[in-house]
Amino acid sequence: MMRLKINVEQVAKGLLTVVAFSALASLLLIAVFIFKEGLPFMFKVGLSDFLFSSDWNPPAGKFGIFSMIVSSLYVTLGAMLIGAPLGIAGAIFMNEFLPRSMMRVIKPTIELLAGIPSVVFGFLGVMVLAPFIREYMGGPGLSILAASIILGIMILPTVISISTDAIAAVPNSYREGALALGATRWQSVHMVILKAARSGIIASVILAMGRSLGETMAVIMVAGNTVRIPHSLTDPVRTLTANIALEMSNATGLAREALFATGIVLFVLIMILNAIAISAMKSKGGKR
Amino acid sequence: MRISPKFTQALAVLVLGSATLLTVLVLLFVVAFVLIKGLPGVTWDFLSSAPKEMGKEGGILPTLVGTVLLPLLAISIAMPLGVGTAIYLTEYTRETRMTRALRFGTDCLAGIPSIIFGLFGFIFFVVMLKMGWCLLSGALTLSIMVLPTIIRTSEEAIRAVPNAYREVSFSLGATRWETVMKVILPNALPGIVTGMILGVGRSIGETAAVIFTAGSSLRMPMTVFDSVRTMSVHFYILAREGISNEKAYATAAVLIISVLLINLVAYTMMHRFISKRSK
Repeated sequence: MMRLKINVEQVAKGLLTVVAFSALASLLLIAVFIFKEGLPFMFKVGLSDFLFSSDWNPPAGKFGIFSMIVSSLYVTLGAMLIGAPLGIAGAIFMNEFLPRSMMRVIKPTIELLAGIPSVVFGFLGVMVLAPFIREYMGGPGLSILAASIILGIMILPTVISISTDAIAAVPNSYREGALALGATRWQSVHMVILKAARSGIIASVILAMGRSLGETMAVIMVAGNTVRIPHSLTDPVRTLTANIALEMSNATGLAREALFATGIVLFVLIMILNAIAISAMKSKGGKR
Repeated sequence: MRISPKFTQALAVLVLGSATLLTVLVLLFVVAFVLIKGLPGVTWDFLSSAPKEMGKEGGILPTLVGTVLLPLLAISIAMPLGVGTAIYLTEYTRETRMTRALRFGTDCLAGIPSIIFGLFGFIFFVVMLKMGWCLLSGALTLSIMVLPTIIRTSEEAIRAVPNAYREVSFSLGATRWETVMKVILPNALPGIVTGMILGVGRSIGETAAVIFTAGSSLRMPMTVFDSVRTMSVHFYILAREGISNEKAYATAAVLIISVLLINLVAYTMMHRFISKRSK
């Protein structure tokens, strides 16, 4: 009986140790397979012909994704310009200016809405936003602008919920100190609280950036998917993610490898953003 | 001239307040718009009959079945892994370089875009393991995707169990594993279930990772090796290929209601759990 007990203990510990590696192992497995499929292609086609050419025509053997890299960056930047200020403003207002009772209603509402599937946002972009842009700003409507607005809205819950946590983590003594010195609420916010919560807020923005860079279905629906370098906000664009999803279903051979190579570019960009966000959250001020 | 602090204060309240209002209104508009356009199309017939002509007519029954089966299967694969990881990180080890690596891996996995999961699931499960587009390929892919959520929420729930519980259990002569099974897990259960529900919610709304691994067959799935189409994928195909806007809105309405209900349940459970603990 005693022997059996010891065995159960050790089996449990051993199993848990193995299981604990599941997330890290999955991450490595994903990286290995994406790179294994895509890396040889990059050297076959040539790194500069792949990364710095805008000539994308798989049947003719042309695989330049430069315009898509540029488009992804534009759309992400646009989304940040819309989503970050709105989200941070919302987080500040809810924490510092609203009574607790109202915050207890609004914050959960926003967090619930984080669950709206991305395809729904994309569809609304097509049905409501694109016709509006076409009517008042010209172009086909499906455009950088439409994609930026939709993504900007989609990242709001991410920005708000992480920034709110960062601001709420600032000790109350900081607020009381500022207010006791005669500062107004706003002065205490921008002179004290924002400085103390800075790294958490930055992390929220960078995580949101990763989300908009990686968003696929909503972007396919509203961005227009034309492969070329955009010259205006109302031009249709194809992002890296859209390229993968659009061509995946009928790509074989070299064309499929090209999509995995596109995946590598995306993977590397996202991992860089992740690493920055994680270190920002761990740095001083993010955690208390 | 120096602007008075009173003026900047008023200006700040105005600007920040309108930004907050705008945010809430936009998000509520999205829900309201879809429900108003879609709910009239949601009838018993729509929910209980099979689609005809690729979804142009008829209902969404097989996609409802897919939407239930796929997340359930994914979560049953992810739960043992995620909860096990959380138990290991909280009860069986101290902070070391290794645990930091494990946490970093979890955080990174959480940030990977769904299309990358789709690519990986396609090349690994569908092509390399020759499973084809099927329920199981989709569920395995989704299980990796929701793993970070489950690990994090379970870890928080387990950490929230007061240390006194562990001490009492050990002092009664219980082993570590007995303490985990009889004291810690029962007490952390509401928090763990919350994570599970959030994972289900995320799986239901997912499209990119599902369409390349579970496929998009409109037939009723009979085994885990059959291809399925979830509501999200069905909605995407209806909308993108312009098959029927009316059916797309109705599908979106069902989708949004399911996801919001699931998140609401998770949220209330989490709050009950937190307020019970902080007493």
